[in-house]
Amino acid sequence: MSVAADASHRPPIVEIAGLRKSFGDNEVLKGIDLKIAPGEVVAIIGKSGSGKSTLLRCINGLETFQSGGLTVDGKALLHDSAAAMRALRQRVGMIFQSFNLFPHLTVGRNVMLAPTLVKKAGRGTAEAQARRLLDRVGLAEKFDAMPDQLSGGQQQRVAIARALAMEPAVLLCDEITSALDPELVGEVLRVVESLADEGMTLLMVTHEMAFARKVSDRVVFMHQGRVHEMGPPEALFGAPQTPELQQFLSSLHD
Amino acid sequence: MVDFSLWDILRNLILSARWTLVLSLIAFVGGGVVGAAFLVLRIWRPAVFDRPVGAYVQLFQGTPLLMQIFLSYFGLRLFGVQVSVWVSVSLALTLYTSAFLTEIWRGCVAAIPKGQWEASTSLALSFGEQLRHVILPQALRIAIPPTVGFVVQVIKGTALASVVGFVELTRAGNMIANVTYAPFTVFACVALTYFIMCYPISLYARHLERKLHVRGG
Repeated sequence: MSVAADASHRPPIVEIAGLRKSFGDNEVLKGIDLKIAPGEVVAIIGKSGSGKSTLLRCINGLETFQSGGLTVDGKALLHDSAAAMRALRQRVGMIFQSFNLFPHLTVGRNVMLAPTLVKKAGRGTAEAQARRLLDRVGLAEKFDAMPDQLSGGQQQRVAIARALAMEPAVLLCDEITSALDPELVGEVLRVVESLADEGMTLLMVTHEMAFARKVSDRVVFMHQGRVHEMGPPEALFGAPQTPELQQFLSSLHD
Repeated sequence: MVDFSLWDILRNLILSARWTLVLSLIAFVGGGVVGAAFLVLRIWRPAVFDRPVGAYVQLFQGTPLLMQIFLSYFGLRLFGVQVSVWVSVSLALTLYTSAFLTEIWRGCVAAIPKGQWEASTSLALSFGEQLRHVILPQALRIAIPPTVGFVVQVIKGTALASVVGFVELTRAGNMIANVTYAPFTVFACVALTYFIMCYPISLYARHLERKLHVRGG
C-alpha cells in the first residue's frame, strides 16, 4: 500500500485520457480516464463485455482507438508510426490468457527471441538473462524443453519470463489464469505477486477477486465501457458504492 | 519403313521427359517466388492487396491452363513482342503456379493462431521479424504436404505446352506415334513416364501429411 501512496506524487507511467473505442457501431470504451503511477498494481474487474480486456489491449496498441490520448512513460501512442509503436512496446509487456508461447521454439529461445531481435542482445547475454528469468519463475530446468511438454501453469510462467526479458516498465496481464486448471492457478499468481512485491507496475484484468484484493493497490470496476467505480481494494470490495458493483460482487458468490 | 523397337520409343520419351522436368522446375521456382511475394504483400497490407491478389488468384484458377498458354503465346505476339515458345510457356506456367501456391500458402498462414501475431507484436517484433521467426516457420510445416501435392499438378500441366509446339514428353509422344503408327503403345509409354515422375512425389506428400498429423494430433 505504501508504494501507491508514494506513487501518487510521481508522474504517471500510463496516462489515459478520454479514450474511446468502437468496433463498428458498437462503442466498447466510452471515454476512459485513468492514471497509473510507477510501481502501482491495478486490478481491473467487471463483467465480460465491459471493455476491460479491450482497454488493456489499447495500452500496447493491439487495438487502435478512435479518440482520446494514451501516453506511456510520457510518450504518446502513435498507431501510424511503426518506430514509435516499437519503442512503446519495449516498455509495455503483455501476458495473455492463452499463453501464446511460440510452439516451434524451445522455452529458452522463446525467452531469448525478442531481446536478440529487438534489443540486439548478444547470444550469450540473452541466454544468461533467459536462464536467470526462468530460474525466477521456477523453471530453470526447462530451458531446453518445448512448450507443448509443459503444463499450462508452466507455460504461463514461461510467458511471464518472456515478457520480463524485454525489461518492461509496465506489465499487462489479460486474464492470465482463466485458461488454467484450478490447481495450476496458484503457481502463476505467486509469480505475479512476487513481481508486485518487487515494485513492477502491473495492470491486470482478472476474475481472481481474492487475489485482486490481496495484491492490488487499486481496483477499477468497469461497467458498459466506463470506469464505474475505482478505489483501494478494501473500499471497493468492502463497501461498494454503486448498485452495479454490488450486483457484480454478489453475483460472484452465487 | 523403319521398325521401332519398344526401347527406341521409351528411350526417346525419356529423353524428352527432361524438358517436362525442366518446365516443371521453372514453373515451380518462378511460381514459388511470385506466389511468395504476393503472399507477403497480402499479409503485410491486407486492406490494399487482398482484393487485387484475390482477383488474380480467381482469374488463373478460373480459366483453363490451356487458354493461359494460348494467350501467353499468341497474346505477346499480338502486341509485337517476339518471344520464344520457351518464354511464353514459362510465363504462363509461372503465373498459373503462383496463383495456386499463393492461395495454398495463405491458407497455411491463416491457420496460425492470432495469438502468435499478438504475442510477437507485444514483444515489439517488426512485421519482418514476426514473419521470419514466428509465423513462417510454423506455416512452413503445414505448407509442405499441400505444396508437394501441387507439384504433381504442375508436372501434368506442362503437357499442355505441347499445343504451342513445345517439345516435351507429350509432344514427343505425339511425334513418335505419328511415325510408328503405334499410338496406343506410345501413349501408354507416355502415361507411364508421367506416372513414374508423379507417383513418388504423391507418395512423399502423403507421407509428409501423415507425419504432420501424428505430430499435430
